Amino acid sequence: MGRYVLRRILYAIPIAFGVSVVCFALVYIAPGDPLQTVLPPDATAETIAIVKHAYGFDKPLPMQFLIWLGRVLTGDFGVSIATRRPVILEVSDALANTALLAMFAVPISFFIGYVMGAVAGSCAGRWIDRVVTGAAVVGVSLPNYWLGIVLVIVFAVHYMLLPATGMGPHGSAGFNLLQWSNSKFLVLPVVTLSMIPVGILARTTRAAVAEVRNQDFVQTLRAKGLSEWAVTRHVLKNAMPQVMAVMGLQFGYLIGGSILVETVFTWPGSGFLLSKAIINRDVPVLQGTILTLSLVFVATNLLVDLLQSLIDPRIRRT
Amino acid sequence: MTDFFVIPAKAEIQSSKPPTAALDPRFLGCGDVSEQQTEPGFEDQALPATRVRGYWQSVFYRLRHDPVTLVFAAIVLLIVLAAEFAPLLAPFDPYKESIVGRLKPFGWRDHPLGTDELGRDMLSRLLFGGRVSLLMGVVPVLIASLIGGMLGVLAGFVGGRTNTAVMRAMDVFYAFPSVLLAVAIAGAMGGGMANGMLALTLVFIPPMCRVAETATTQVRALDFIEAARASGAKTMTIIRYHVLGNVLGPVFIYASSLVSVSILLASGLSFLGLGVRPPLPDWGLMLSTLRQSIYVVPLVCALPGLAIFITSICCNLVSDGLRAAMDVRM
Repeated sequence: MGRYVLRRILYAIPIAFGVSVVCFALVYIAPGDPLQTVLPPDATAETIAIVKHAYGFDKPLPMQFLIWLGRVLTGDFGVSIATRRPVILEVSDALANTALLAMFAVPISFFIGYVMGAVAGSCAGRWIDRVVTGAAVVGVSLPNYWLGIVLVIVFAVHYMLLPATGMGPHGSAGFNLLQWSNSKFLVLPVVTLSMIPVGILARTTRAAVAEVRNQDFVQTLRAKGLSEWAVTRHVLKNAMPQVMAVMGLQFGYLIGGSILVETVFTWPGSGFLLSKAIINRDVPVLQGTILTLSLVFVATNLLVDLLQSLIDPRIRRT
Repeated sequence: MTDFFVIPAKAEIQSSKPPTAALDPRFLGCGDVSEQQTEPGFEDQALPATRVRGYWQSVFYRLRHDPVTLVFAAIVLLIVLAAEFAPLLAPFDPYKESIVGRLKPFGWRDHPLGTDELGRDMLSRLLFGGRVSLLMGVVPVLIASLIGGMLGVLAGFVGGRTNTAVMRAMDVFYAFPSVLLAVAIAGAMGGGMANGMLALTLVFIPPMCRVAETATTQVRALDFIEAARASGAKTMTIIRYHVLGNVLGPVFIYASSLVSVSILLASGLSFLGLGVRPPLPDWGLMLSTLRQSIYVVPLVCALPGLAIFITSICCNLVSDGLRAAMDVRM
């Protein structure tokens, strides 16, 4: 077990390195000079040379990468071009807001999706299975940014029950979860964000449960005289590793992929920060946000793999 | 949104059973005799019980008897035709603006679906928008299947260090949530339709490569490859006749399931201003510009998203049906 954990952790390092290479490369796949956004359009050749030197753009590329990596490792992501604040502060503030959404969306969607899938898988072929499968297809096919807009139209525009966008009433400082005037801003984004994970989890769980139920050992359990409930428990436990892998991915999606939902609700999270950075061509923020989010994603996957090996010893042997 | 939607996890592919069709002798052109026993009452009972049906014949047989898939395939076909013949079907010029006719509800002065924020006819724009959205849904998947598939077959067939190198490189791209990767690439390159498609292609290559690699590795270990080699077949011949035949099935099924994801992601990029540029009509872009007007004509504003949703769900269901018919497990 110890060796597996060590190997898996060591394996995450080159991945994280590769991720940082990709993030670094983002600046260079941009058309034109990366300095274009900083420099005034009428800059003289001399100014350009000075700025180039100041940003280290006159050094060879691998050197630039190492310098950049060294700075990143010490938590220095540079300064936002749009706000002049350190990127690390921008990103950590935004990530905290995204985490607030995920804190609700993750348990809600995982629970609903898992229960739906487990029920459907256990009743494969019956009407309840069809209903769940249909609902799950709707969940994975819904453009969540559109769902967000529709929910706003219904609940904010038509019934005026919930706020349409933002995080907290205008001008209020801090976000107090316990006050309805604050927490009601969470409802629509969380519901919208949960839709896709619910669909995907229901589909995966259903497939996994249905597959395990067809294995021979289930028959053996029945032959031994176990109650249906006890058999189901065995089945669910054996379907768990597969479900957990998808949960890990979906967790990553809820943290990193919420850009569209956050844009719809102007929720000041990491995704919204990213879309603002794109509009402003704010490359340091773009780079910093993507790097942070993907590292969170790498860490999540690592954690899921370790948890999986804890549940299913077979994985450790491969 | 793929991981987001349905790009399978590493474990998901690996832990599932091998794609059965891929290893099924039926795929190699041998006959299928099992069908007759499992599906009684087909065609002429007087035929001898051992009548052989080819693999593709049995696939089409199953498809023909799957009304749900057929209905949704018909809807997809209708959407494609509507987009293709948009110039004939559209009642108005999709670019014709009108200052007085902005944001009008359904049925206003011969505009059956109302008008948008610049007074352009919604129905015409939806029809023309379908062309762009479908194109952005299909083209990246096609290119990614080609490149990812080739890489996967190469990695799987050569094995060893090549396999490790290719698959580890793919793992790096797996480390990004797919929306994030698409947004990052498109954002860095500055948006536009071509860049959007390029970004989506790059997002789809790694999972495609993984599907092809898994299938190839499984086939490569089978005896008949050994037999072909022993009888003197060259590597290219083996790949062409023995490997591809078994890999194309899973790749095709996976690609079909990506179309819906691609449409959603492409519209998402346009929604963020990273895909199609105005005034070109595109569902995602229309949704984004109309979002400001939900207080004026909420129903009209919801239309482009509805189009995306219907197209995506139909593509998903057709893909599910194809998978069931081709008996490929993902």
